[in-house]
Amino acid sequence: MDNEPGVLSRVTGLFSGRGFNIESLCVAQTMEPEVSRITLVTQGNEQIVEQITKQLNKLVNVIKVIDFTHTEFVEREMALVKVRAEAATRAEILRIVDIFRCQVVDVSPQEYTIEVTGNEGKITAILDLLGHLGIKEIARTGAIALARSKKEGSLKREKIKG
Amino acid sequence: MKLSGAEIIIESLLQEGVDTIFGYPGGATTDIYDVLEKRPIRHILVRHEQGAVHMADGYARASGKVGVCLVTSGPGATNTVTGIASAFMDSIPVVVFTGQVPTPLIGNDAFQEVDIVGITRPCTKHNYLVKRAEDLARVIKESFYLARAGRPGPILVDLPKDVLKEQVEFKYPKKVEMRSYRPTYGAHSGQIEKAGALVQKARRPVIYAGGGVISSQGSAELRNLAEALSIPVTTTLMGLGAFPGTHPLWLGMLGMHGTYGANMAVAHSDVLIAIGARFDDRVTGKVNLFAPEARIIHIDIDPTSIRKNVNVEVPIVGDCRDALTKLNSLVQKWTKQDWSKVRHPWLEQIREWKEGHPLAYQPNGGKIKPQYVVEKIYEVTRGQAIITTEVGQNQMWAAQFYHFDQPNSFITSGGLGVMGYGFPAAIGAKIACPDRMVFDIAGDGSIQMNIQEMATAVANNIPVKIAILNNGCLGMVRQWQELFYEKRYAQTLLKGNPDFVKLAEAYGAVGLRATKPEEVTPVIKKALSINRPVIMDFVVCEDECVSPMVPAGAAMTEMLLV
Repeated sequence: MDNEPGVLSRVTGLFSGRGFNIESLCVAQTMEPEVSRITLVTQGNEQIVEQITKQLNKLVNVIKVIDFTHTEFVEREMALVKVRAEAATRAEILRIVDIFRCQVVDVSPQEYTIEVTGNEGKITAILDLLGHLGIKEIARTGAIALARSKKEGSLKREKIKG
Repeated sequence: MKLSGAEIIIESLLQEGVDTIFGYPGGATTDIYDVLEKRPIRHILVRHEQGAVHMADGYARASGKVGVCLVTSGPGATNTVTGIASAFMDSIPVVVFTGQVPTPLIGNDAFQEVDIVGITRPCTKHNYLVKRAEDLARVIKESFYLARAGRPGPILVDLPKDVLKEQVEFKYPKKVEMRSYRPTYGAHSGQIEKAGALVQKARRPVIYAGGGVISSQGSAELRNLAEALSIPVTTTLMGLGAFPGTHPLWLGMLGMHGTYGANMAVAHSDVLIAIGARFDDRVTGKVNLFAPEARIIHIDIDPTSIRKNVNVEVPIVGDCRDALTKLNSLVQKWTKQDWSKVRHPWLEQIREWKEGHPLAYQPNGGKIKPQYVVEKIYEVTRGQAIITTEVGQNQMWAAQFYHFDQPNSFITSGGLGVMGYGFPAAIGAKIACPDRMVFDIAGDGSIQMNIQEMATAVANNIPVKIAILNNGCLGMVRQWQELFYEKRYAQTLLKGNPDFVKLAEAYGAVGLRATKPEEVTPVIKKALSINRPVIMDFVVCEDECVSPMVPAGAAMTEMLLV
């Protein structure tokens, strides 16, 4: 969409005005300074998704809308998690961080702040594990996504969705 | 050559061919008014900013041009919101310029400051806050383009006072290039073929046309299609006039207060051709019971209207006139048939429905029936007037009892239903079409909502005729209370109404009154003979109900009071 003040407000206003729910949202400039990209996660049946797509396209400032529902895509989200780290659990936390290939970005005698990047499945999994150990605070970004490139001569494999 | 922002605005309006603006000055717009006084644009000074927007709206609907308003910041801007929302719902091309505090003061809770761009974001097609004078020309060019392009709608342009004083080079752009807004006008030929195939096999087809046919000026093409294939036609409230109301194939309006014939025809149709209409809840009744056997073809310029409420078999995105032209060409290529013979059984069934339950009311010897007033206005004006309405029973009776043969003749606030719309809209329409008779059919409640515009009408000598169906109450709500709330009338009795004749005279207009049926026609004729604004106070029965009526949530076939 056009990178202008108020455009984000138009998009979110459209959702709230028509009763569509935004589960997460992420927005930033693209390589063209006059264009930003907003990535939204929403849900609904086919008719609702069709309406959302059409309503977004109707907005004067929206240049293009891509619906990822039926596409192969790469999805990433980031979270900063402040986890309680007492003597008994510190080692366990570091092991989990290692397994999930995350980073500890802040340390104190009582807590660690961990940076996690991954798709929704990975974030949910690590939050689940860390949750048992005691999450004090969490900040999550919205999901961002790009379609997967077409690959020449690859076998089509059925993806089993978890 | 360097011009001030205010001068650029006026020059840009002249480039767009604007010759009339409706407005009300204020602190934030004094610079524009200073320039305007010396330029060849007629400014109509209103008495309330809501009136300005409704006037621009009526002007746009009657003339097909873009209506323009100019109001000041703060309360001036907020007073336009209702009018803007109404234009948005009915897809009317209007550009509203609002003054704003100087840019350094924006967001500071300054005097007469309001975030009008934020407030009108959901009810404008698009809006702008102009922060630099060098953007003005482009923004105005885009505003006029957007107001008209695709599905028309209201555009708001917010003008900070310092921008109006800023001096820059003026160059009016020759074209508008907006990569993010490219509506589709040309109907897809493959879809047209599919539609044609469906129509060819249809045994009980019905055409359901709406305001889109009028916006795209496709009435002639609509008539050609209907006549070529002998397909009966109904329209929505917004579509009245798109098809001649006196034509043998005319079914009457459909929907909550539509005719029995129209509702039954649609409910039993096997192919429904929807053109420039949006399947609004007032038309469909209970959506899952709407036209249960029909396969639907939906032609609309706005993709969001298609498949929003009902399942459509052949969607066609495009301009109505373009789609109808293509459909007509396709039909011409078919082997010649006597379609009126093919259609005979269906048209016979429809005739039975129409004759079994025509629009009717019981005359009451001594008192005037409101429907009678509308009938007489129709007769005296020979169906040639522009009729604007307020909202409620007056609006429904005007739609039922005046038969419109041409488009751009019925001007009403359909989607939003604004009481107080009709009078200023009538003023706007009369300014656009000074040679046509213009009547506002009003209720005693509605007329008081923008009565202050009587000063505008008198000051500019705009001889509109207001027909007040004066029943002393808020008729439509009273009807609902009678039918669904066991006659528990709450707050629908309008005590304290003024003497409308004296009120007209107080403004310097003419006031006439009729209390008996035989006085109605003479009053209408007298009003038309006077070249000044006239209020006609018709004292009518209060307990008349609009019928038929499809109760909310019921199917179209479950009509009451038939």
